[in-house]
Amino acid sequence: MGRQDALFEYLLRLGDSALVLAQRLGEWTGKAPIIEEDLATANTALDLIGQARMWLAYAGEVEGKGRDEDRLAFLRDASDFRNVLLVEQPNGNFADTIARQFYFDAWNVRALDALRGSTDARVADIAGKSLKEARYHFERSADWVVRLGDGTDESRAKMQAAIDDLWTYTGELFAADEVDRILAESGVGFDPGSLHAPWMDAVKQVLDEATLVAPAAGYMQRGGKQGVHTENLGYLLAEMQFLQRAYPGGQW
Amino acid sequence: MYAQLVDTGAKRVQSLEELSPEDRAFQERIDAGVKIEAKDPMPESYRRTLVRQISQHAHSEIVGMLPEGNWITRAPTLKRKAILLAKVQDEGGHGLYLYSAAETLGVSRDQMIADLHAGKAKYSSIFNYPTLSWADVGCIGWLVDGAAIINQIPLCRCSYGPYARAMVRVCKEESFHQRQGYDIMLALARGTAEQKAMAQEAFNRWWWPALAMQGPPDKDSVHSAQSMAWKIKLFSNDELRQKWLDQTVPQAHYLGLTVPDPDLAWNDETGHWEHGPIDWDEFYRVIKGDGPCNRDRLRARVKAWEDGAWVREAAVAHAEKRAARERVKAA
Repeated sequence: MGRQDALFEYLLRLGDSALVLAQRLGEWTGKAPIIEEDLATANTALDLIGQARMWLAYAGEVEGKGRDEDRLAFLRDASDFRNVLLVEQPNGNFADTIARQFYFDAWNVRALDALRGSTDARVADIAGKSLKEARYHFERSADWVVRLGDGTDESRAKMQAAIDDLWTYTGELFAADEVDRILAESGVGFDPGSLHAPWMDAVKQVLDEATLVAPAAGYMQRGGKQGVHTENLGYLLAEMQFLQRAYPGGQW
Repeated sequence: MYAQLVDTGAKRVQSLEELSPEDRAFQERIDAGVKIEAKDPMPESYRRTLVRQISQHAHSEIVGMLPEGNWITRAPTLKRKAILLAKVQDEGGHGLYLYSAAETLGVSRDQMIADLHAGKAKYSSIFNYPTLSWADVGCIGWLVDGAAIINQIPLCRCSYGPYARAMVRVCKEESFHQRQGYDIMLALARGTAEQKAMAQEAFNRWWWPALAMQGPPDKDSVHSAQSMAWKIKLFSNDELRQKWLDQTVPQAHYLGLTVPDPDLAWNDETGHWEHGPIDWDEFYRVIKGDGPCNRDRLRARVKAWEDGAWVREAAVAHAEKRAARERVKAA
């Protein structure tokens, strides 16, 4: 694989993960437990769409086939999406949504921080712009893990179940493949494995404070970064892409 | 409008001579343009009417998140998705400031929400219509928020200070909302034949409810007269409707849309547009609960509230634990 192809793949991974998570968060609109959280959820979704747009616009330029952010978002099928499996998991209850966000935010903060030093100026710029938002997202999701974990018996049980259920999708964040290796070598990206220990420390610290038990190491699902997804993604895309698919070629 | 048919408890407006000395003093302050603040003395009927009006307005913002939220996951481009998310988020923010403004009158947000869920408090009839296509999102911004601005700009000068100040902030954002709606319609109007048809079809459905939403004609509106005496309503329903009509018809023509009213006509003498008869039976039917979406909207709100109960309880329990630990540390 050439460096340009690897960079394209890499940018899709970043952009698609942000986009798919934003899409999931958008499903909460008007349905959150309290109005303040409706606003905070929408705000996080907005930040992530902003990040997705920057990554995907750059991906389109790197690919050089005239695909812009919208053609990439709305006219690719599931097997061409490169998001991690974690973000496509359904919203479930509020604890499930928070656990998904917490695992992702704890990774995103560290990934963006590493990418700020990228040898690719555009990557470094996008990462720098997004990091402040990601730090705030992590603060919020970690705060909710603590409140729900160390809240009532019911909330602790739900938060623990969510933390356990999604654990299997966290390993993929740290598993390197050829794309990761090419980009790490050229200094555009980073070695995903290097984020594992700091991520685990941060996660464990929050789980401790939340009186929750960190899941035992177990089998880790993977495939999203290579385009092999869970069944959930197809439905998400069917909904998201409906207008562009039903009215081809329209300007909106 | 966002607050429709607000009951003032009045059968007719009393003249200054008929009022008790306290109520007369209050009315004279209003007439002199003095702003009433939360701690000021006020007649109970004024306080109750404002609670109804502001809470209806707040509920409309919150329930209004549902029809537009319905299209966030299906917005056609990433930019449109971001704009719509920001817009719906603003509506939730408006709900929050309005609940806070109502709380200054001695009623809690939880109580207001309980009244909404019990069907005791109303929200604007307009949100009981469905959003069936992407063009509906455009129509809500353009027509509904357009009507809201016309109603709400005068409220920035209303007699109750906390409400007037909340409206200043709300109005700034509403004008952005109206532009985003119009911009969606403009893109459709310049689009393919299918997109133009989508725009016209949605416009046909929203036209009459939007025209009716300022409320019944002045001649049928006792409460309006009392609210106007209190300066918590500054223009009559018919005046507001006329302003909206005069503003909206040329915009519809610019978009190449046909207004679905065969009687619509320009009156050269008055310099105003005139519309055909509004179906007030439909308006009252929707207010009373038989609009296309009344049941779904309320059910969605109640479900969100009930599903979230354990989260709110956990947040309270955690805050109590934390406070207890702080006390132990301090001791």
